[in-house]
Amino acid sequence: MIALGPYCISRKAAFWLVILAASILLGQYGKDLAAALDAKWLIKFPRELTFPIKDDISRFMAWLVEDAGFGLFSFVDLTRGIAWLIEVPYAFMRGLLIDGLVFGVGNEAVQILPPLSWVAVITVVVAIGRWAGSWILAGFVGACFLYLAAFGEWESAMITLASILIAVPFGVAGGLGLGVAGFKWRWLDRILTPILDLMQTVPVFAYLVPILFLFGFGPVSALVATVIYAMPPMVRVTTLALRAVPAEIDEFSRMTGCTERQRLWRVLIPTALPGLMVGVNQVIMLSLNMVIIASMIGAGGLGYDVLTSLRRLDIGGGLESGVAIVVLAIALDRLSQAMVSRASPAHSEDSRSFLKRHPWLTTCVVVIVGTGLLGLIAPAVQNYPEAAQITTGKIWEDLVGWLNVNFFDQIEAVKTFALIHFMVPVKRLLLELPWPWVLFILTLAGWQLGGLRLACLCFALTAFILSNGLWAKAMITVYLCGVSVVIACLIGIPLGILSAQNDRANRVVQAGIDTLQTLPSFVYLIPVVMLFRVGDFSAMIAVILYALAPAVRYASHGIRSIPPELLEAGIVSGCTRRQLLTRIKLPLAMPEIMLGINQTIMLALSMLVITALVGTRDLGQEVYIALTKADTGRGVVAGLSVAFIAIIADRLISAGAVRARKRLGLN
Amino acid sequence: MLPGAQDHGCAGSGCHIAVSAYGVVMEHSPVKLACHNVWKLFGNGAERVMAQTRGNPGMTEIEQAGLIGAVRNANLEIREGEIFVIMGLSGSGKSTLVRCLSRLIEPTAGEILFDGRDLLRADEREMIDIRRHKMGMVFQHFALLPHLTVLQNVAFPLDVQGISRAEREKAAHEVIDLVGLKGRESYYPRELSGGQQQRVGIARSLAVNPELWFLDEPFSALDPLIRREMQDEFLRLQNLLRKTIVFITHDFDEAIRLADRIAIMKDGEVIQIASPEELVLNPATDYVAEFTRHIPRAKVLTAGSLAREGEPKGTIAGAVNASDRIEDIADRVESADGPMAVEDGNGSRIGYIERQQVIDVLVGRVPAK
Ligand SMILES: Nc1ncnc2c1ncn2[C@@H]1O[C@H](COP(=O)(O)OP(=O)(O)O)[C@@H](O)[C@H]1O
Ligand SMILES: [Mg+2]
Repeated sequence: MIALGPYCISRKAAFWLVILAASILLGQYGKDLAAALDAKWLIKFPRELTFPIKDDISRFMAWLVEDAGFGLFSFVDLTRGIAWLIEVPYAFMRGLLIDGLVFGVGNEAVQILPPLSWVAVITVVVAIGRWAGSWILAGFVGACFLYLAAFGEWESAMITLASILIAVPFGVAGGLGLGVAGFKWRWLDRILTPILDLMQTVPVFAYLVPILFLFGFGPVSALVATVIYAMPPMVRVTTLALRAVPAEIDEFSRMTGCTERQRLWRVLIPTALPGLMVGVNQVIMLSLNMVIIASMIGAGGLGYDVLTSLRRLDIGGGLESGVAIVVLAIALDRLSQAMVSRASPAHSEDSRSFLKRHPWLTTCVVVIVGTGLLGLIAPAVQNYPEAAQITTGKIWEDLVGWLNVNFFDQIEAVKTFALIHFMVPVKRLLLELPWPWVLFILTLAGWQLGGLRLACLCFALTAFILSNGLWAKAMITVYLCGVSVVIACLIGIPLGILSAQNDRANRVVQAGIDTLQTLPSFVYLIPVVMLFRVGDFSAMIAVILYALAPAVRYASHGIRSIPPELLEAGIVSGCTRRQLLTRIKLPLAMPEIMLGINQTIMLALSMLVITALVGTRDLGQEVYIALTKADTGRGVVAGLSVAFIAIIADRLISAGAVRARKRLGLN
Repeated sequence: MLPGAQDHGCAGSGCHIAVSAYGVVMEHSPVKLACHNVWKLFGNGAERVMAQTRGNPGMTEIEQAGLIGAVRNANLEIREGEIFVIMGLSGSGKSTLVRCLSRLIEPTAGEILFDGRDLLRADEREMIDIRRHKMGMVFQHFALLPHLTVLQNVAFPLDVQGISRAEREKAAHEVIDLVGLKGRESYYPRELSGGQQQRVGIARSLAVNPELWFLDEPFSALDPLIRREMQDEFLRLQNLLRKTIVFITHDFDEAIRLADRIAIMKDGEVIQIASPEELVLNPATDYVAEFTRHIPRAKVLTAGSLAREGEPKGTIAGAVNASDRIEDIADRVESADGPMAVEDGNGSRIGYIERQQVIDVLVGRVPAK
């Protein structure tokens, strides 16, 4: 221990403080140092040392498309097969919801059935709401869909919905299949886990680039991307849920003489159903998120509306579609949440006829057929009458205009202050930090926290970014992510602590957080651009909003899960409330809070890439450029670099949390 | 109709449904299930350690190899129609042993004979067949399927065999009546109390009418009062069904109450197999003696073990069965006018028992024979 005035700091902490101070100094004076030593390479990684692999990746992708084959069929046949597999149900779903079922192609096409009328769709949604939950839920989701119709977003919303309705079954089935396989064969699980880790850290845009290359611009590409993006959590949830089935239940299945198939389908999966439904909920929400983002590669629908509005800087239109996305997201989330809780049934003494036992099904069929026929004579039943549509675009535009006129100075002042006193200095510091120092620090931290393996991992991943010549962009990513995470934590952790100690605050905070988390990431960009226009500051605000939730949640959970005996011990020893918080609650909740920060960083990075749309100059921009140029290699390398930053942060913080837990003697 | 489970006229201690004590009937029954030199070592390299020590590793060798000796050299013979209780503290290897017997766990070494046939040689298909038709198991935490109703849960074992719905539901209704759950058929497990859930577990394991019935601490998760009620229920069922039963418990009182014979396990080893009476009278080790010390003698001693030979002094006032436990006949003997005759299962007299002997047992004096 080193005594520092009245405080005692452990040797390790002192060591890291020294390192931090050295880093700040180096960041401040790094440039001068490099100039003095005549060693510019210290700041700027020498070009001769780079081994960019992006061209190799591009060449590999080209080879895949042009020459690769598996004997009987070529790689292109494979992608065409996948495309067909998705295209056919998608076309059907579009027909059902938007175009009507059409027979024949081109000019000879005849519509044999009209699409579901808006009345029918709303009825079905209400029925599902009642079946899965209560009349309140049914009314709520009904109102959401009515909103979509009344505000003229129906067609776009139905395109988005059609994509989700196709992506979700694929995502769930694929995730279930892989998850079951991972459960059965440990070796497969061991291979899958790191792949899933990587898939969940690679930013969404980076998925789009190779998929765009393989499948071309259009809804199929978008759906492939959506399925790939939404599947990993389902795989994990499936494996975990199956593992969590009590051993006795599995033993029961074997004692009963179940075959392997009966054991899986009749015992394990039904028992694990509540857990699996949580996975389904995640697949739905991730699909929605991705379908919106995938409008960049041709998904159409609400996301496309937002994108075009953003590009035209059409404030009203963008906000309108954005609100529609929010409405759709909340409706879907509440519905699927209700289905999760429905997974545990209650008994009913019911022996009535099938029709009477399934009133909702019956009603839906009647309404679908009825409105379909009625729609032939009364078009208002088929399509929501245009005259009754309400548009709010003008109102939003006026509101934002008013805000910008009346609060321009204030907004501008805040923005400038943050930029000059916080963001720019951090950015300069990071950009001028000599790269060998960063490499050294990260490796050292890995070694200290997790031993040789972690040190090697940190070194290798950092070296990858360096050797691909992406250092400066990576540092801007780190800076943007860093400042956003710091602010998100400064807001989120106190909120979490507050909500852990006060039930009323908890309810408000939780409701807010829940809503923030259901929104697709794209949506966050809209108000931010409206108020702050493009640039780093806008990006930071969007990232903070998107990444706030885990900081709050984990802090709150960490404090709530402290064993009550420990708090009682504190109270009995005469702690004041303040001492209770600082001496007992915070230290014990620290591992959990660290995990929250970790999650915040992960979300921040994934959002950061999307903020490339509002003009950042980081790795996200690199991916975005690659996307617009369909340059696979460039996109993949930049995407991997983001993923690697995420992995380094994740592994270091997790290792730190594990150590803290051990030190505190928590499980 | 069979008496429902709700009307427990005899839930108290006075009305013990006596199941014939081992010594009297079971000795001559054929062996249903036997295990010879069964070992189960958990951990990697168990086979190697077995081979290196020529099939008889000691405790230190097992520990040095980083293994857990969950079952060590178990030898049991379980006879048809008996209640064979395996008793031991938690972690002593009871569950592992019973899972070896049903081959849910593959033993590291040994032989398990079911009706004289080595279970460990049976292939997957045969095992499925044996389990479908000849074995039933009840679990400590019930292991009911949460998504099925009581009726569907009980019918499940028949369902996986592919038996038609009408037939399996008929069979399920019968066992549900048997365990006293009539009227609860359409309930889901989580809507039932713990005791009721275990009744479902019991009904389910009986639905296929198994010959061999495994119960792994079936009542340990229940509250003491319910536990006693379930024990009575269990004895009632066994009186009716006469299954061959392997019953696991960590509760010595429960073992004494239910068992024809008890095997005591410690650290994976079976240290004594005997009837409750023998255990109490002749514990093989200090460890067993420690268990039996607090057991009221009246609960285990039978009239047969106290019976005096020859002619009594007074006139015989009545007769008791040799297998009756003192606890259950104390009232009658104490209030009788003279000594009581002790008769074996066939009604022939093997001796007599006097009032003083019963009182000695009840107050804890060593009874004079
Ligand atoms: N799957 C397993 N892997 C490793 N050790 C086990 C396993 N199952 C049981 N054990 C160990 O074997 C010993 C006996 O366990 P068990 O048979 O469950 O005891 P009991 O049922 O008597 O409480 C315990 O020390 C337990 O930790
Ligand atoms: Mg056990």
